[in-house]
Amino acid sequence: MDKERIVTSPLLETSRLRKFFGGLMAVADLSFTVMPGQIKAIIGPNGAGKTTLFNIITGIFPPTGGTIRFKGKEINGKKPHRIAQKGISRTFQTVELFGNMTVLENVMVGRHIRSKMGLIQSGLRLPGVKREERSILETAREKLDLVGLIQKANEPASGLPLGERKILEVARALATDPELILLDEPAAGLNETEMLRIAEIIRKIRKSGMTVLLVEHHMDLVMDISDEIVVLNYGQKIAEGPPEEVKKDQKVIDAYLGVEIEYA
Amino acid sequence: MGKENIRALFILTLCLGIFPLFIRSDYYLSIMIFIGINAITVMGLSLLMGYAGQISLGHAAFIGIGAYCSGVLTVKFGFSIFTAFLCGLFLSAIMAMAIAIPTLKLKGHYLAVATLGFGEIIYIIFNELLGITGGPSGLSGIPPIHFLGYSFKGGVRYFYLVWAVAILLLIFSLNIIHSRIGRALRAVHGSEIAAEAMGVNVSQFKIQVFVLSALYASVAGSLYAHFVTFISPPTFGLFVSILLLMMVVMGGGGSIWGALLGAGILTILPEYLRAFKDFDILVYGIILMAILLFMPEGILKGLTVLVKWIKRE
Amino acid sequence: MSLFSQILQFLFTGLTIGSIYSMVGLGFNIIYNATTVLNLAQGEFVMFGGLIMVFLTAVLKLPLWVGFPLAVIAVTGIGALFERFAIHPLRNASLLTLIITTIAASILFRGIAMFIWGKDPYSLPPFTPGAPVMIGGAVIMLQTFWVLGTAVAIVILMALFFGKTIVGKAMSACSFNPMAASLMGIHVRKMVLFSFALSAALGAVAGIVITPISLMDYDRGPMLAVKGFCAAVLGGLGVGYGAVLGGFIVGILESLTAGLIHSGFKDAVALVILLFILCFKPSGIFGSEEVSKIKKF
Repeated sequence: MDKERIVTSPLLETSRLRKFFGGLMAVADLSFTVMPGQIKAIIGPNGAGKTTLFNIITGIFPPTGGTIRFKGKEINGKKPHRIAQKGISRTFQTVELFGNMTVLENVMVGRHIRSKMGLIQSGLRLPGVKREERSILETAREKLDLVGLIQKANEPASGLPLGERKILEVARALATDPELILLDEPAAGLNETEMLRIAEIIRKIRKSGMTVLLVEHHMDLVMDISDEIVVLNYGQKIAEGPPEEVKKDQKVIDAYLGVEIEYA
Repeated sequence: MGKENIRALFILTLCLGIFPLFIRSDYYLSIMIFIGINAITVMGLSLLMGYAGQISLGHAAFIGIGAYCSGVLTVKFGFSIFTAFLCGLFLSAIMAMAIAIPTLKLKGHYLAVATLGFGEIIYIIFNELLGITGGPSGLSGIPPIHFLGYSFKGGVRYFYLVWAVAILLLIFSLNIIHSRIGRALRAVHGSEIAAEAMGVNVSQFKIQVFVLSALYASVAGSLYAHFVTFISPPTFGLFVSILLLMMVVMGGGGSIWGALLGAGILTILPEYLRAFKDFDILVYGIILMAILLFMPEGILKGLTVLVKWIKRE
Repeated sequence: MSLFSQILQFLFTGLTIGSIYSMVGLGFNIIYNATTVLNLAQGEFVMFGGLIMVFLTAVLKLPLWVGFPLAVIAVTGIGALFERFAIHPLRNASLLTLIITTIAASILFRGIAMFIWGKDPYSLPPFTPGAPVMIGGAVIMLQTFWVLGTAVAIVILMALFFGKTIVGKAMSACSFNPMAASLMGIHVRKMVLFSFALSAALGAVAGIVITPISLMDYDRGPMLAVKGFCAAVLGGLGVGYGAVLGGFIVGILESLTAGLIHSGFKDAVALVILLFILCFKPSGIFGSEEVSKIKKF
């Protein structure tokens, strides 16, 4: 990890975040930061509140208490499309592709917030529309190329195998030109080759200056690519730090039922 | 909008353009006019249902709003035809928002039923506001359209008027479909949660597309009123709403061309069935069931499959 | 007639027609639970029940107690055939297509009815002849008690059926989780068929008991379907007894509106209730918040 870093302010910062569902406390007093350019992973046993955390950050539901700051400004309680506009994009644990569209069209939707032609302008095909469409198309193809799916551009998205569906979701999220990308279990259900592909893509993402926050169960992947790890258990943070430290933390080992976290 | 669409548009415009040169009978012209009017409504409905994935079981109400605004305001209040038409658009837009906003959270069956309820209530209002709409006895004496010195009283002129409007709206619709707006609508259909995460303001889009489809219907309604010069509530009731739905779905669910095909077929069908007299509803039902059973993905898809099959043999 | 008597009268009228809406709503729920399809031809089962009964008693001169079960069986047959020939082949089509199929079937059924019986309304003699009774100043026809009694009997029978019998429980299981049900050895296909048959039977019963009061013609179906549907949604789509309560509420409010306000708005009542419910609690009175089906009878 880079030790010579100019002190910068965090890109994303949660402060005493809480979420109750009825009587159940899904997220409890959670505070952590994500620095720009980092790859930060959130791990924890199932039900630890990880996807709930993502859903709160991206505005699907508001927190019961606490705040989230993105680039210094509060985003808790804002609607998902607004948060996307601010520069946070995400993938879903249960892959949410637009099954009724092609691979390319899925990524093109990612350009929605970076384009502006409205209903009337589009309907009347005013001058700017053609130009914008071309730009959307180019950028979308670029992203597909980046993730290695360009050859399947015109296939229906619903026809892809699971690994490629997940990759497509990443391409789509990338198309929004986010500053922070949230990956929800990107490696779940993937085989060895596909996982290597995803890891490679995540590295490419970081190289382009983007910040990555991911939720993952695959320890190999997490240990391999993360700069820092946050460990959740029952909605609470029990550890935060670089992989080597977290690996040895007794609380973390206990949370995973005494199974030592190994990585190849 | 893609070469295929441009080609199809060209062929359609050409065929329509020369149609009145060969067919001069008022009867056939008026059938084509009705097809054109239905086509306009059905295009808007296709954007709403086929592309955005919503549903409306009360769309005839918006046709009625357009028709009654055009009719009532010209006949009873002396408005100009154009002003009355604009009022129809305005009122349809307002009513569309009135139904779209509270139903944003509803999906599937619930949304369908809400729109059905709305449509029925509007129908009952048409029936009960005797002083304004004339109630069940209807409203007559609606003036024909005067435009640029021309009087569009029926026959060939009205045919061209209706289809000119229809083609223009078709171009508008195809442009929307092949734009970021069209993709956003289809994204809403594909996965609302993902669309929202990609920055699409799902609620706003749902309302917008509902209002847009209501405006199409209102245009159709005004054109209808000035053509038939007499309107009454049953034309704008549940039966017609369902018929429109069938045109979109049976014509070819996700495609605007399919919807147009559906409009054509389901407008002509009742005319052919007149010959059957007491059998007419029965034969109608049989034909509908046959279409559904043999072409469940719509007539357009069914025909393309058939054509491919024939080519192979 | 005093206001109290009038209101009592309207109440009885409302309960009577409400019974019909309840039974139509029940039929909706049964099919919805088994298939998530909205059977918009539900009203036609009611229509056929009434008209076939007319045929059996007036033309074939069969006595009431023979005609009743025969008519119900006939309509049950129609429901079963409908499922076999129209629903089952389309089981993989989109939900919207299936709903439209039920609409097309409704048109077909009406066509058949119009062909056989024409457009005129038909009547049946009341089950027990006699003068109407006076209750609190309200004039109540004897047939009304038959309608109400039948409704109560049906509700009890359905509760017993779904709660106590193997077939009934199997149907409930199918609605919760067809895959698991199938793995347990429940023949899902048969359950779907059965749901249509049962709904048809319910509709037929409703049609037979109401015809002596309000006559029956070929076109009665759609209005009943819409209102029965409003009843089902009001009570909670998919929740059996909800439709019963929903039906009575719709019937009574409709009757009170017609009587006290203006009869022209009668038909709007069910719809206004519907919109109201959808605005505030789409899952209905007994439905749960998860609009994605918690279905029980």
